[in-house]
Amino acid sequence: MNRAVSQDAKPKDRTDQRAELALGALASAVLLLIAFMIVFVFVKAWPSFASNGLAWFLPGGNVDEQLTNIFNSPASPDDYAYTLRAWPLLYATALITGISVLLATAISLLSAMFIVEFAPKPMRRILQPVVRLLAAVPSVVYGLIGILVLVPFVGNHVIAESQKEAVRYVIQLDGTSVLVGVLVLTVMITPIMVAIVTDALRSVPRHWTEGAAALGINRWRALRTVGLRAARPAIVAAAVLATARALGEAIMLSMVSGSVGFAPNPLDGMTFFFEPARTLAATVVDNAEGLSVKPFGQTIYAFAAVLLVSSAFLSFAGWAARQSMRKYTLQAR
Amino acid sequence: MSAHAQTSPSVAPPSSSRLVAKGSSWSRGDKIGVAMAWGAGFLLCLLAASIVLYMLYRGLQYLDLALLVTHPEVGLDQSRTGGFLDPIQGTVLLTVLATAIAAPVGVGIAVWLSEYGRPAWLARAVESGVEIVAGTPSIVLAIFGLLVFQQSFFGFLSFTAEGNAVFGRSFFTAGAIMSLIALPLIVGATREALQAIPAHVREASYALGKDRIATIRRVLLPASRRGIGTGVTLGMGRVVGDTAIVVVLLGASLQIQPENGTPVWGLLKGTGSTLTTYVYNNSPAGEGNAPEKAYAAAFVLLLIVIFLNFAVDLIARRKEPAWTR
Repeated sequence: MNRAVSQDAKPKDRTDQRAELALGALASAVLLLIAFMIVFVFVKAWPSFASNGLAWFLPGGNVDEQLTNIFNSPASPDDYAYTLRAWPLLYATALITGISVLLATAISLLSAMFIVEFAPKPMRRILQPVVRLLAAVPSVVYGLIGILVLVPFVGNHVIAESQKEAVRYVIQLDGTSVLVGVLVLTVMITPIMVAIVTDALRSVPRHWTEGAAALGINRWRALRTVGLRAARPAIVAAAVLATARALGEAIMLSMVSGSVGFAPNPLDGMTFFFEPARTLAATVVDNAEGLSVKPFGQTIYAFAAVLLVSSAFLSFAGWAARQSMRKYTLQAR
Repeated sequence: MSAHAQTSPSVAPPSSSRLVAKGSSWSRGDKIGVAMAWGAGFLLCLLAASIVLYMLYRGLQYLDLALLVTHPEVGLDQSRTGGFLDPIQGTVLLTVLATAIAAPVGVGIAVWLSEYGRPAWLARAVESGVEIVAGTPSIVLAIFGLLVFQQSFFGFLSFTAEGNAVFGRSFFTAGAIMSLIALPLIVGATREALQAIPAHVREASYALGKDRIATIRRVLLPASRRGIGTGVTLGMGRVVGDTAIVVVLLGASLQIQPENGTPVWGLLKGTGSTLTTYVYNNSPAGEGNAPEKAYAAAFVLLLIVIFLNFAVDLIARRKEPAWTR
C-alpha cells in the first residue's frame, strides 16, 4: 500500500535511488550465494558421482571400508579410489528423520491442541517458555545427555543379552542406536513444530469452531475437524521445517546413533531399533578432518550435495503442498 | 520451572469450557484424544524440567569457578586438562563477529524486501533464497565455507601454509558462515516489524519532505528497534549453539591460537574453539573424554542460551513509542 503512495508522491532523488540500488544488490547477493553454493559443492562432488554412476545410491559392500579405501587411495590422480555405495547412510538418514518427524508431528499436534484449547491458564503460561526453552537448547547439549545418560541406560538395561548375542557377528550393540537417535531428535524438533502449529490454531477464526460447536459436537471434535483442518498449511510448513532440521542434524546424531555405517535390518525384529546407524550429516561431521585428502573430500562433498538437494526439494514440496491446500484453509505466513 | 511438575495430572476433560458445547456427547475415542493431548502437554513440561534440573545438578556438581578462568591444557587425566577459558572467549568472539556481519546485512535485506521490493520477481526470489539458506543444514554451509575460503583469493583471512595452501579455518571464516545461520532470523523479525508500522507513519514523513531512505533511517528503523533486537538475539542464540560450523571452520583447537602479527587481526585470523566444540570433544564421542568438564561446559552453555532467551522476552516487552501504532 505504502509503496504506491510513495511512488507517485515522491520526487526521485539521487541518494534514494542509490540506496535502493545498494540494498537491492545486498539482497541479490543472497541469490548469488546460493548459486555459488550449489555450483561449488556440485563441481567438487562430481568425480564421486561420475565414477560410481547410479550405483552410488545403491547398497553393496561395507560403506565404512569403502570410505577407508577412498581415504587411503594412492596419491596419483589416476589411481584415486572412488568406489562407494552410500545406501546405508541414505537409509539411516531417511529412517531416523522419518520416524522422528512422524513422532514429532503427533506429539506437536496433540500438545498444540492442548495449549490452545484444554490447558488450564497457569499451565498455558508455563508451556510457552517451556517450548521456547526446548527449542533453544543447543544440539550438543542434547547429544551430551544422550551419550552420557540414555546410551548407557539403553545399552545396559534395555537391550537384552540374548539380543546382543544374536547379532554379535554382524554388529556390536552398545546402546548407541537408532532408538536413542530417534528419541533425542524427536525432542529436538517437536518444539519447533509446537510453536508454529499453536500460532496457527490460535489464528483460526473463533466463529469457525463456534459454528462447529453449535452443531452439537464437542470441543475435541470441533478442534480436530475444523481447527486442525484450517491449520493444515501451517502444519505442513512446520513439518517441513522440522524435517529440514532433522536432516541437517549432525553433531547430536554422530554422538548418540553410533558411528558405524550400518543399515539396520527390519528382519531383526525389536533388535532393529537397537542397531546403530549413521546419517549423511553425521558422516560429514565425523570425517571433516579428512577433507584435505582429495578423493575423500570429493566423496564428502557428494554427501553434502545430496543433503543440499534434499533440503531444497523439501522446501519445494512444502510449498507445493501448501498451494494445493489453499481452499478453506488459513494461509501459512 | 519445577512448580508445574507437582500439579496433579488430572486427565479428565476440564469442566469449564471455552467453547460452549454443553450436552454434546464424548465418545470414547474423543476422551482418549483429550487424554493424549493432556499427556503431550505434560510430556513437554516434564522433558524441559528434567533437562534443566539434570543439567543444573551436574553443573553444580562439576562447575568450579576456577574452570572459567583457566586455559585448557592437554592432559590424560580430567584433573589436569585445565578449564575452559579459551572456549568461552571463542564463543563470545565468534558470536560478536557473526552478529556484526549478520545484523547489518539482515536489516538491509529486510528493508529492501519490505520498503522497495522491486522488481517483484526479484523480491520473491530473494525471499525464497533466504528461506533456502534457513533450510540448508549448517554442516553443508560449513564445508561450503571451507571450499570458498580455501581459495587463494581469501588467503588473507586465515593461515597460509608454505606453497600457498590456504588453511581456510579462522575466526573470520567461521564468523562469516555463522552469520548465514543468524541471517534468516534477523531478516524475518525485521521484516515483520517493518510491516507492522502503519502506512500513515511513512506518509507523515514524506509529507515533511523526507525521501524514502531518510524515512527508513530516521523513522522506520528506530520504530522497528524491538523487532530487530528480537531477531538479533534469536540469531545469537543459534550462533552460540551451533557446533558443526565450529568443528569444520574454526579448527576446534584446544586453545585460541592467534597468528603472529598484528594483535587483533592475528587473533581473528587464528583458530580456536567454542563451548559447543569443547563439550563435543570432551564427550565420549570426542578425543578428550572428560565427561565432568563436558557437563560443566554444557551447563555454562545452557545458562548463556537461557539468558539469551530471557533477553528476547525483555526486548519483546519493551514499549514502543505511541506513534508507531
